Amino acid sequence: MKVYLKYNYPQLTKKIIEDKLSELGYKFKIVGFGEFNFLEKVPNEKLVELTEYFQEYGIEIVENQKSVLVQKIKDTIVEMVTSDTPPNVKSSVYIAEKLNLSYVYLSSVFSEVTYTSIENYIIIQKIELAKHLIINTNMNLTEISIQLNYSSVAHLSTQFKNNTGMTPSAFQRIILKRKEFTNKNNS
Amino acid sequence: MTEDYINICLADDDQDDRLFFTDAFDELKIRTKVSTFNDGVELMNYLNNADSILPNVLFLDLNMPKKNGVECLSEIKRNEKFNDIAIAIYSTSSSEEHIEETFINGANIYIKKPNDFETLKKILSEVVTINWQYHTSGLNKDNFLMRM
Repeated sequence: MKVYLKYNYPQLTKKIIEDKLSELGYKFKIVGFGEFNFLEKVPNEKLVELTEYFQEYGIEIVENQKSVLVQKIKDTIVEMVTSDTPPNVKSSVYIAEKLNLSYVYLSSVFSEVTYTSIENYIIIQKIELAKHLIINTNMNLTEISIQLNYSSVAHLSTQFKNNTGMTPSAFQRIILKRKEFTNKNNS
Repeated sequence: MTEDYINICLADDDQDDRLFFTDAFDELKIRTKVSTFNDGVELMNYLNNADSILPNVLFLDLNMPKKNGVECLSEIKRNEKFNDIAIAIYSTSSSEEHIEETFINGANIYIKKPNDFETLKKILSEVVTINWQYHTSGLNKDNFLMRM
């Protein structure tokens, strides 16, 4: 016996989404075809999980694709900055090759989601790492500039100053004094 | 974006400065919600109210009646509930001593009030952007110091 089926796609997808989200314990509201709102804060990791979960139904979370891509770019940057052997190509080439997408596309998605550019994000990460090394190790600024692949100490100092408004040594002095101050207040 | 707005608070007793500040945020492309307070007491009442939405960034004027910026800063730093708030001092003073003292007391950002609107917009945009990176990229907030 042959049975013929006719689908109501909006109803079908709505039902799947409702059932799955309820099953996972989310509070949500379906606002129309192909769109729902979470009624609570949902961390990005959970969204990634959900993306995989919906995949078997052929449902793709569109907006999240961008966040996932941005996370991949960020991971690549952190990996690149913290690596002991810096890539011997320009960072734009490195990131594009690593993610196998055009740099123009990557940088436009990145700026749209994070409000900052990839270039600026690389600088932020490098300066953050420099701060960490200044505070937590005995490395001097010359050693730090080599570690972070700066062409000179001056280059690192200038970028540090541009980014934080203060010199590396002023930064170090303030953080040390702040630690003293907090310790005194807590004891 | 998963979180739609960046919440901003400003405590400043000068009405013109408050207006200048909210206008600048209105013109930025980053979506923000700005609440302003006329003095430190008003601000602390808001923050201590359990129903209030805590700001992502709090801008504090130093010279205010009733309760000044440094007093607010110390109170905020003593309360763990406020650990996630980035604190920006927003002052006319550019004395090195003042600046260093507020950093040691726990401020993250020190802004010398600019004289023109375009500079203010640029500064605020930079502050909110970098704070956003700290917020979303798990950077170490203890090392968040910035002077503009």
